[in-house]
Amino acid sequence: MPLIENGRAVADRWVSLADDAALPAEGGVIVSFARWQAERDALLARSAPLGVRLPSTVSAGAVAPDLERFALVVVEFPKFRDGRGFTTARELRERWGYTGEIRAVGNIIADQYPLLVRCGVSTVEVPDGTDVETWARTLNTVTIAYQASVGEDEPLALLRRRVAAA
Amino acid sequence: MTYVHPRNHAGIYHYDELDRQFVRERVEQFRFQVERRLKGELSEDEFKPLRLMNGLYLQLHAYMLRIAIPYGTLASHQLRGLSEIARRYDKGYGHFTTRQNLQLNWIKLEDTPDILGKLAEIDMHAIQTSGNCVRNVTTDQFAGAAPDEVVDPRVYAEILRQWTTIHPEFTFLPRKFKIAISASGEADRAAVRVHDIGLVVKKNAEGETGFEVYVGGGLGRTPFIAPKTRGWLPEEDLIAYIEAVLRVYNQAGRRDNAFKARIKILVHETKLDKFIALVEDEFARIRGPKFRLDSAIVEAIRSHFAPPPFEELPPASDLAVRRRADDAAFDAWVRTNVRDHKAPGHASVTISLKPAGGVPGDISSEQMDAVADLADRHSFGEIRVTHEQNLVLAHVKQDDLYALWQALSAVGLATANAGLIGDIIACPGLDYCSLANARSIPIAQALSERFADPAKQAEIGDLKIKISGCINACGHHHVGAIGILGVDKKGEEFYQITVGGNAELDASIGDILGPALTADEAVDAVERIVDRYLERRQPGERFLATLARLGQAPFKETAYAAD
Amino acid sequence: MALKAITANRLRDGAVVWLGQKGDWVERIDAAATYDEAGAAAALAQAQQDEARNLVVAIYTLDVEILDGAPSPLRTKERIRALGPSVRADVGKQADPIARAAA
Ligand code: HEM
Ligand code: SF4
Repeated sequence: MPLIENGRAVADRWVSLADDAALPAEGGVIVSFARWQAERDALLARSAPLGVRLPSTVSAGAVAPDLERFALVVVEFPKFRDGRGFTTARELRERWGYTGEIRAVGNIIADQYPLLVRCGVSTVEVPDGTDVETWARTLNTVTIAYQASVGEDEPLALLRRRVAAA
Repeated sequence: MTYVHPRNHAGIYHYDELDRQFVRERVEQFRFQVERRLKGELSEDEFKPLRLMNGLYLQLHAYMLRIAIPYGTLASHQLRGLSEIARRYDKGYGHFTTRQNLQLNWIKLEDTPDILGKLAEIDMHAIQTSGNCVRNVTTDQFAGAAPDEVVDPRVYAEILRQWTTIHPEFTFLPRKFKIAISASGEADRAAVRVHDIGLVVKKNAEGETGFEVYVGGGLGRTPFIAPKTRGWLPEEDLIAYIEAVLRVYNQAGRRDNAFKARIKILVHETKLDKFIALVEDEFARIRGPKFRLDSAIVEAIRSHFAPPPFEELPPASDLAVRRRADDAAFDAWVRTNVRDHKAPGHASVTISLKPAGGVPGDISSEQMDAVADLADRHSFGEIRVTHEQNLVLAHVKQDDLYALWQALSAVGLATANAGLIGDIIACPGLDYCSLANARSIPIAQALSERFADPAKQAEIGDLKIKISGCINACGHHHVGAIGILGVDKKGEEFYQITVGGNAELDASIGDILGPALTADEAVDAVERIVDRYLERRQPGERFLATLARLGQAPFKETAYAAD
Repeated sequence: MALKAITANRLRDGAVVWLGQKGDWVERIDAAATYDEAGAAAALAQAQQDEARNLVVAIYTLDVEILDGAPSPLRTKERIRALGPSVRADVGKQADPIARAAA
């Protein structure tokens, strides 16, 4: 499925591994949070980069102690109405200081894209056939924000601010 | 139309260039979404949350647009703008709701981007009047005028309006989220304890401003009175604390069942102590420079709400006193609809939108224009919308009261019943709402006619009737001294009566009196309940006190007495 | 079993409409087609294509009876949709002279 970063389609370097699929010898893989818990040692024995996929019921705190082991954290949105992932992404960045890639996957609508970015999400996986132009456009339509978001750590001098357009 | 020089305007929040750009961009964003919907690029499923986030519902007759009136404060030019929108794009009237919004019932989807554009021109919007986000922050309709006020609560309401607008993290909460603020100690005119967060602004012994916080109130299917979660929250921590509450809720609130998704259920199920601990934990962690509400910001916002240039006047107007002695109708109106003001010689006036037999909260475009003109003439060009579905001119010179009353009478807006039994709250019910089980408005009309006699209303005193057309409780029936809930029994409209509800700081939920009744029976039953109260009360005793003293039995007995 | 008709709201303006005799959407319930139970299910399935074609939204069936030769809804909610608010005769379909002539 296409991946969007900074409003553009980009190549996906990662392989998403099903829970029952054999672990390849090489290459970056994404495993579920459950598999990470079950096969931690085997996964850490590999030298390739590792990504973990968090269902919306698992919050950032659950992977916090291991964050330096992950080059990617995938945050699932089972339904676009389920907004837990916004908090998960934000906590990964602000509370746990995670600097790797955060990827949002699942049922996400274009109009959520700017909000995801402001919560610290780096990439979004979208269905095949998605018009990337529409996503790019949503990123730039509203350029004012009323609250500090990820990356804006200076004291709150004003409520309103221009957000840098992507 | 009288022109009010900006210098003589009561303070309202004026958009600056950033605010303006923001609403214009939102309008263009919605225009693009509507375009995509009409071309079929967006399905209804995908479009619905987008239109809801702009206040657009699909209702019984057409689309319904809910326009935010932040904390219920409007400038006269804004009210004229709303009147114009209602005339041009709707059927020349609107409906004020208990959450200080205005609903238009006959809107076309294809017109909506233009309507939002017109709203943007008058510094208004419909953002977050629906959807599972933080809704319009409501407050006391007498803010900035009430003698018992600690500080103007609109300052904090505006800060929260800004902070919660398209909040990146909290726009897809488990369910909607409503915040109310009051600033007059025990006199709560904002029903803070039936909100998701209720804030009471206080000053401590050192003269510092802070808040008492209640979390987890709400009406609907499972009503809860919010418990106190913090006795003192310093002003500078307001945003950090609200973020902490919202974050705990966003993570832990139930998403498996829409009826259990409000924060009241989370507070109830996690138990108060544990919930408070979760919030305090998060609060302690994020309470830092990033979320500190700088007093400079508070002052900058406060400057928008500066008091208008009141004339120095003696405390009481001789003219008003004389007119009251001469004119009994004026005197009755002053007694019910006029309140003390903090500036000597001034008063706050409630314009009742509850004429006997009328539709509670409805107002025509002509009446909006008339009120806007009267606001320019008598109240520094500013109007308030109340959660009781009335309007208020907050800053009227007592010397002007008689002229104002005459002008209001001429447009049918001088009903003398504010706070009395005729001042009924009613949701739109089955006449407009697709979720309704039964009509609410005809019950309100029948009751307001039954109790139309001003002398009888005065005799009854403080007794609030509140009517909802279904269990969603938009008409606040749970907290009516007498509440009426529409239910559906095999396709017929029935009404369940509750007694003993109260929305003030000592809030309580009413108890169901007995089996549901037909519309006619319910109206008769309410009248008999009121008669029984008049027979049994002790001198000066409010309905709620009589009910507490005697219990339900005598009221139940008379309500169900076959005649 | 009660007689059925099919109703929806027009996407572009939200107007209440019913499925007419020719499979078109009509603004007056007087002109609505009526069906028995089985016929209604088939007509509904057919009509749902108009939802996919973005002409209407929120399609469903309602119970009607024939009064003075025209379909009339059994439930209060549907009567209010067909006429307008019961508390204001001057708005909604009831306010339109064509409706009054037909009623
Ligand atoms: C006509 C369109 C309306 C629709 C579709 C609608 C929908 C709803 C729903 C679904 C709820 C229950 C939410 C819950 O408990 O989670 C609710 C509650 C509420 N609504 Fe409405 N409503 C409408 C109009 C109004 C009006 C006209 C008012 C004011 C008169 C209003 C004010 C409220 C209030 C105060 C509550 C209950 C308080 C609470 O949030 O717990 N709504 N509404
Ligand atoms: S209480 Fe029910 S009937 Fe009344 S407006 Fe709310 S949802 Fe509609």
